[in-house]
Order: sequence, then C-alpha cells, then structure tokens
Amino acid sequence: MRHTAGTLLVGLAVVAAGIAVAMLRVNPYLYFAGYVILQYVVIATAWNILGGYGGYVNFGTPAFFALGAYTAVVLIQWIRAPLPVLLLAGGLVSALLGLGIGYLTLRLRGVFFSIATLALSIVLQTMIMNWDYVGGSRGLSVLRPSGPPFGNYVVFLFTVMVALAVGAVTVARFIERSWIGRGLSALRDNEEAAECMGVPTLRLKLFATTVSGFLLGVAGAPFPYYVTFVEPNSAFAIDYAVNALAMPMIGGTTSWIGPVIGAVLLGSAQQLATVTISSEMNLFIVGVVLVAFVVLAPEGILGLVRRLRGR
Amino acid sequence: MAGALLEVDGLTKRFGGFMALNRVTIHVNPGERFGLIGPNGSGKTTLINCVSGSLPADGGRIVFEGHDITSMPAHRRTRLGIVRSFQIPKPFRSMTVLENLGIPLENAAHGRAAEGAGAMEILGTIGLASKAHLRPAGLTQIEMRKLELARAMAARPKLLISDEAMAGLSSAEVDDILTILFRLSAQGITIIMIEHIMRAVMRFSERIVVLDAGERIAEGTPDEIGRNPAVEKAYLGE
Ligand SMILES: Nc1ncnc2c1ncn2[C@@H]1O[C@H](COP(=O)(O)OP(=O)(O)OP(=O)(O)O)[C@@H](O)[C@H]1O
Ligand SMILES: [Mg+2]
Repeated sequence: MRHTAGTLLVGLAVVAAGIAVAMLRVNPYLYFAGYVILQYVVIATAWNILGGYGGYVNFGTPAFFALGAYTAVVLIQWIRAPLPVLLLAGGLVSALLGLGIGYLTLRLRGVFFSIATLALSIVLQTMIMNWDYVGGSRGLSVLRPSGPPFGNYVVFLFTVMVALAVGAVTVARFIERSWIGRGLSALRDNEEAAECMGVPTLRLKLFATTVSGFLLGVAGAPFPYYVTFVEPNSAFAIDYAVNALAMPMIGGTTSWIGPVIGAVLLGSAQQLATVTISSEMNLFIVGVVLVAFVVLAPEGILGLVRRLRGR
Repeated sequence: MAGALLEVDGLTKRFGGFMALNRVTIHVNPGERFGLIGPNGSGKTTLINCVSGSLPADGGRIVFEGHDITSMPAHRRTRLGIVRSFQIPKPFRSMTVLENLGIPLENAAHGRAAEGAGAMEILGTIGLASKAHLRPAGLTQIEMRKLELARAMAARPKLLISDEAMAGLSSAEVDDILTILFRLSAQGITIIMIEHIMRAVMRFSERIVVLDAGERIAEGTPDEIGRNPAVEKAYLGE
C-alpha cells in the first residue's frame, strides 16, 4: 500500500511539474518538441509491455498509433467529440486490434509474429488511404477547439501528454511487479515451460497485446490536433515502428524505466537533429545507436549500469 | 480399474504420416511409483507431452482424478496437479534459480502452497541451495537437471512425471535423486519415472510399462519386465 501511495505521489508530482512548465511559457518550440518526446515515452512503454516483458516483437506500432489517430479523426469529423472521448475511443479501438493480434500468437511465434504485425500495418494503411471520409491518401485538415487552457493548444496538449506518459509508465510498472509481469517473463524465456508450470500463457499474451494496443492508441489519439493535418504517411510513419523497438532496447527492456530512458535520450537526440541538421537524420541516428547497443550492450543502458555496479 | 489417478485410454499421436503413439493405454494408481521405459524414439516423451498438454492428442482419452482432461490447456492440468519435468532442461533463463521456482509456486501451487515446502526448502532438499541466486547459465548440466526437478516439485504435484532426470548423472547422484523421489513418493505423490538407467527404474518402480515404436508391448513388475522376452527383443533388436 505504501508503495502504491508513493508511486501515485511521484506520478502526481510529475504531472504538476508538467503543468508548471506549461505555465512558464518558455519558447513554444520546446512544448512542441516535448510533446513528441513524451509521446515516445508512451509508445516505447506500451511496446515494451508486449515486446520487452513478453518477448513478442511488434513491428506494427504504426498501425496501433494511426488507428488511435484516425479514430479521433472520425469522431472529430462526425460529432466534434471532446479530447477525453478521443483518447478513450482511440485507446479502445486499438486495444481491440491488440486483442486480435493476441490471438495471432496462438499460431505465430518469433519472427513470424513480427512479420504479421508489419503486414497488418501495411494493410491498415492501404485501407485508410482509400477511405475518403478521413481524407484518404490526400489527408485532411483538423480544426483545433478554440480557447484551450494555457491559451495555446500545443501547450495544452503537452500537459495532456505528460499525464498520459505518467499513466502509461504507472501501468507498465504495476504489470512488471505483479504476477502478470513475472508470468510474461517466464513465457518470454520459454513458453512451453511457462505453460507447464501453471502460467496461463494465452491469457497473459492477450492481456499484454490488449494493454499495449490500448496505450499505443491513446498515444495516437491527440495526434490530429497536434499536427492539424492528418495524412496516412505521417500517421503510419516507419519512425514509430523503429523507435518503439529501438528506445526500449537502448534503455533496457526488463524494467519500466528502460523505455523511459531510451525515449528521452533518443527522442531528444532526434529533436535536436531535426533543428540542427535535418529531419532525415532521425532514423539514421536511431540506426547507428541501435546497432552500437545491440553489439556492445545488448541489455541496454540498464544492463550497462548493472554491470558497472558489478551484479 | 476404477479409482485410477491417471487413465490414458487408446492415446494416438501422429506427426504427419508417422505414428508416434498407437492406441496406448496406461492406468496409474494413486500413490504408485510407475516406470515408463522403452528404446530411444519409442514415444515416451510424446506420451508425456500429450498427458501434460504440451501436445494435443489425435485420438483417445486422458482422465485425471475422474475428470476428462483430453482437451484441457496445459496450465490447468498443472493446476490440477499433473506436473512434468523436461528431458531437455527448459529453465527460465532471465531468472535466478530461486525465481524459477517462484513461477510454479505463484501460478500452480495456489492453495496447496501452504501445506508444502517453500522454494528455499525445495532447493535445500535437492542440493541447489547454494545456487539459489545464480542464473541458469551459471549451472552445470547436472545442476540444470536438478533445477528441472526442483521447479516441478514447486508446483506441488499430485502426479510428478520425471522425464529422464538422471541422464548423465554419476552413480552417487542417481542415488541422490532416487532418495528424493522415494521421499516424495512417501509423502503420497504419485510418480511416473521415465529413465534409461535400468538400475534406477527397476529399483524405484512398483510397476513398469514398456513402449516400443509407439505401441505398448509389456506391463508388469520390475521382475516380470526383466524376464520378458519381448522387452529384451525391443531393446536388443532382432
Ligand atoms: N514434435 C515432433 N515432430 C515430429 N516428430 C516427433 C516430434 N516429437 C517426437 N517425434 C518423433 O516421435 C518419435 C518418438 O519420440 P519421443 O521423443 O517421444 O521418444 P522417446 O521415447 O522419448 O525417446 P528418448 O528415449 O530418446 O527420449 C521419434 O521418432 C521422434 O523423432
Ligand atoms: Mg524422451
């Protein structure tokens, strides 16, 4: 109980700090960049629940993210639904997709699962490109609601993303420390042995894919208001697939803090590269850093720290 | 044979066109020490895979304590009390030895945990206490086999199926494992022992079934099996 209270307190403190930063009204670009970094905290954390804890590598992150974004687009177009509804609906629709890929794990393991999720992303993108109501391949402009808190919608979205990041990390941390997280590690290590030791592997996999899908969808739901022009190529960007995997791997996949470290470091580096060099440098940086880590520190920064501490 | 703990009736398993088990029937009584032997590739592990739920059966019926479990998922069979060890050790590599035992304690031994030994106690019995905080990568092959058995014990089995726990062990170590299995048996746990070390199975088992090429070719006490010409032929060839 004291632990839970402590976690809650830290979470609230981070959200409060986010609001304080929002009220500071520093250079607007910082909120813009901060949003992206926090969005990656959510994405990397969500990916890691399935990929890091459970060992099922999802290459289809763009599908879940974009599904959240396009669910929001539909609701905005249709009834101009308020942001909390967009977040919830985007999460739920992606959670359903997650549940679907959970059943895929019955037949597909390892690299075959990963390929299937990649294919899923491509199929979904093609479908969206041919759906005129959400703008098809040309894309669609979205009008932000007027009169946002803090007087600026991006600043407001920044605080929303702070709260979502805190929420996602809290969920991941809770899972990691419960029997569910231990069961997922067991099935990652050896699925047959886990099942034979009483771990309900299918149920845990469905749980992981659903929660992971939900959080990825939630991360995508504010996207239309953030960019104000949604088109398939940006919503389904390969960056999401690569970063979702690279950030936890660089930070360390075995603990909730790993994806956070990875997202903050890599996300910041990418934002910096975007302003100083060019946005094309983003994936190049990720590629180089990822290769370096896979070769030199396969357990990520957490693994390095553990090794330095000598345990 | 009413009141059998485990009834395997007419179990059939095919891999493609290959018949790995052909209508095998085996009954194991409560508290029994049961030996399952047969030459390499005769289907012993496949039978265990079907009983534990790792593989679906293609025909026949499996009944445990009167419940038909033929199509029950493996983890639920484990929770009912059917626990197996793996011939090729399958430890949870990211976890310490102690954490390895935590998984069955947490997932399978619900409710039965209170009556039984804790993880450290089990490791003590099996001689792995000093390795409790090592990862499996730091264990020898023999210790790895002991971990298999320890992890199975942590699931608080009613029926423990040991698939060649003794392969590669020295004679003294075989005796160690036998002592442990005898003790578990004395506690009322039913045990199926699969073993190539004849000295061990013969000493341990009250009853033995022999498989050859997926068929049940003999059943009897160790003495009867030792004198059975069909068994000798299966082992020595024509
Ligand atoms: N998953 C599988 N796919 C295809 N064939 C299999 C599979 N598992 C086992 N077999 C085959 O089924 C036969 C029986 O194998 P099994 O492992 O059950 O034998 P065993 O009696 O346990 O042998 P050993 O004493 O060597 O452990 C063998 O011919 C084996 O090659
Ligand atoms: Mg075998």
